[in-house]
Amino acid sequence: MKGLWLGIVISVIVIALAVISFVWTPYDIQVLDVPNKLHPPDATNLLGTDHFGRDILSMIMLGARTSIAVALVAVGIGMAIGVPLGLWAAARRGSLLDEVIMRGNDLIFAFPSLVIAILITAVFGPSAVNAIIAIGIFNIPVFARLTRGAALSLWERDFILAARVCGKSAFRISWEHILPNITNLMIVQGTIQFSLGILAEAALSYVGLGAQPPTASWGRMLADAQTLVTLAPHVALVPGLAIVVTVLGLNLMGDGLRDRLDPRVRADRT
Amino acid sequence: MTIRATLLGATMLSLAAGFAAAQTDITVAIQLEPPNLDPTGGTAQAIDSVLYSNVFEGLTRFMADGSVVPGLAESWEISDDGTVYTFTLRDGVTFHDGTTMDGEDVKFSLDRARAEDSTNAQKGLFAGITDVTVTDPLTVQVTLDGPNGMFLFNMAWGDAVIVAPESIADIASNPVGTGAFQFDNWVQGDRLEMSRYDGYWGDAPALETATFRFISDPTAAFAAVMAEDVDAFVGFPAPENLPQFEADPRFQVLTGNTEGETILAMNNGMAPFDNPLVRQAVTLAIDRQAIIDGAMFGLGTPIGTHFAPHNPDYLDLLDNSPYDPDRARELLAEAGMPDGFTTTLKLPPPSYARRGGEIIASQLREIGIETEISNVEWAQWLEEVFGNKDYGLTIVSHTEPMDIGIYANPDYYFQYGDPAFVAIMDELNATTDPAARTALLHDAQMMISEEYVNAYLFELAIATVAQAGLQGLWLNQPTAAVDLTGVSWN
Repeated sequence: MKGLWLGIVISVIVIALAVISFVWTPYDIQVLDVPNKLHPPDATNLLGTDHFGRDILSMIMLGARTSIAVALVAVGIGMAIGVPLGLWAAARRGSLLDEVIMRGNDLIFAFPSLVIAILITAVFGPSAVNAIIAIGIFNIPVFARLTRGAALSLWERDFILAARVCGKSAFRISWEHILPNITNLMIVQGTIQFSLGILAEAALSYVGLGAQPPTASWGRMLADAQTLVTLAPHVALVPGLAIVVTVLGLNLMGDGLRDRLDPRVRADRT
Repeated sequence: MTIRATLLGATMLSLAAGFAAAQTDITVAIQLEPPNLDPTGGTAQAIDSVLYSNVFEGLTRFMADGSVVPGLAESWEISDDGTVYTFTLRDGVTFHDGTTMDGEDVKFSLDRARAEDSTNAQKGLFAGITDVTVTDPLTVQVTLDGPNGMFLFNMAWGDAVIVAPESIADIASNPVGTGAFQFDNWVQGDRLEMSRYDGYWGDAPALETATFRFISDPTAAFAAVMAEDVDAFVGFPAPENLPQFEADPRFQVLTGNTEGETILAMNNGMAPFDNPLVRQAVTLAIDRQAIIDGAMFGLGTPIGTHFAPHNPDYLDLLDNSPYDPDRARELLAEAGMPDGFTTTLKLPPPSYARRGGEIIASQLREIGIETEISNVEWAQWLEEVFGNKDYGLTIVSHTEPMDIGIYANPDYYFQYGDPAFVAIMDELNATTDPAARTALLHDAQMMISEEYVNAYLFELAIATVAQAGLQGLWLNQPTAAVDLTGVSWN
């Protein structure tokens, strides 16, 4: 349980930093101050300055915003498309439609996601929006599979049978009975996918295919800093740690939530 | 006892051998790999970097200091009207395949380069040639359509090297030239190997074998030099790492100048950059020193026009475009755009462009010009910017020597080509008197500076990191070349 709380604390801090950056950052990162470059952390720049003299703390805050926005929307896309697909497939289990949906998902699953994401952004041009779409597409089969699996077992349960006897349509059963019963699972999986989305965004930005300058992004901060590691280690360490800590926090939170919310895990424990 | 003595003797012997023979091989890294190995047919500078002077030679050649000296032509005579050049070729020059280099090869090379269907990247070098005649095997007469003060200089370019009809078919993958090194092997994506050519006409080089490696990633470049995987890196891509090499006794760092005028090019053919006031505003908004410090870590010389500062004919015109954002805002208002405008800024891969672009975007934002940055690969840049002229602003370094003539071409990607400028260039080409040429070059520099055709940023510097024991590498880059003929270990 400690893990869950640590995870929540870290996630809340990161989200808070991102939210605060909408109204305030210590410095304006649009203004470059080259003579003041590569300053180590001190009282004026808490996390130091980068190779253009920009305040790294401000960059991290704005980068958190980019990461969260990209990952959130990508997970949203995955859920919005994947969950209905999974419900639909479960409702028509065994039919040709079920096969088409699930084999289609297998097809997406079979591709190495990051490579395809690179392909998508390379073809349509690098931008945050294309990164979101690329990451989002690969969230679809994750949610579709999970939903179908969980829904299938629910369809066998007596209360669903009762609903069917009452004459409810498959659509209404899926919507009114199955969806509420798998929400817990979705929250847990959503948290995990969210942390993967942050990693994917960082990876895409690192190779220059994510958000474009002047939008701040942790991955690009890392890429910019890589030849500077020996000169000014903080320039690379700070964004690197930001990614590590954020992903760790989200994973801890996801794991903790799973322990609490996932009926399968809960059943094992009691 | 005997065994031990023998062992000891053997050890000492091998040690002695190790000391006596200086190293005769070298591994040189450069950043970009040549796409093919034909300097007379390809545009890529990397081709010349690897092959110029090492494998291929021209009638004349550049020395490390940029001077032009006799190459395969031992001497020449110029007719009084300046239109007929009679070259006397060196005797006993052979290509690496054993065939003799004579007048027919020169005629073949020049005719091939200036032919209608020639793919030579610098056809302008040969444009004035009307006829090439071989009068005897070692004498070639080149007739021009008018006097051309630059002709001997032009013939020194990598694009004007002498090739042989016997080996031309495979030149892109198996280059056969007259140089001190013969091409051995090219493992694409990794390395190119060459070895000393025993039949070389000139002084034999100290090196026996040379390997070129291609390392484009700055981090990998740093690691390769630090680990001593390469003996020298010509054109080290990360200027921020240089102080570390300077502090390390294992290495020497050479920083020289290049012919690379790094400019913020503006699309003169497109609104709003067709308005000189806007172009002036952009130029005044730029703080060159911040770009040199921020993008190049101090490496580079500010320039005020499209001309190399180390050239004796250079004119310091930095006063035409001091950093003055207030005046820049006024100029924008005069141009009818007090609130600024939004344009595109396309950045090719080198760090002068990518990093410099972010700094320039921030400086332009100060006067109200918003830029949409897009990072492009070279192929994309050539297509979108250079070919289709689909851009507002871009940053690029023009590394050809004496290339101010590109401003006379209205179809060049920044689309200037003012008739008055074209007239200056035409007169320059027809002038051989040095003083008159200097005056014309001054006029040309002033004109493009005062019309703010582009924002001239800085002259690109080149950094070479080499093992301490290596000598004879070029400090400057008067042309793209890694000339190994004079390199040796001490």
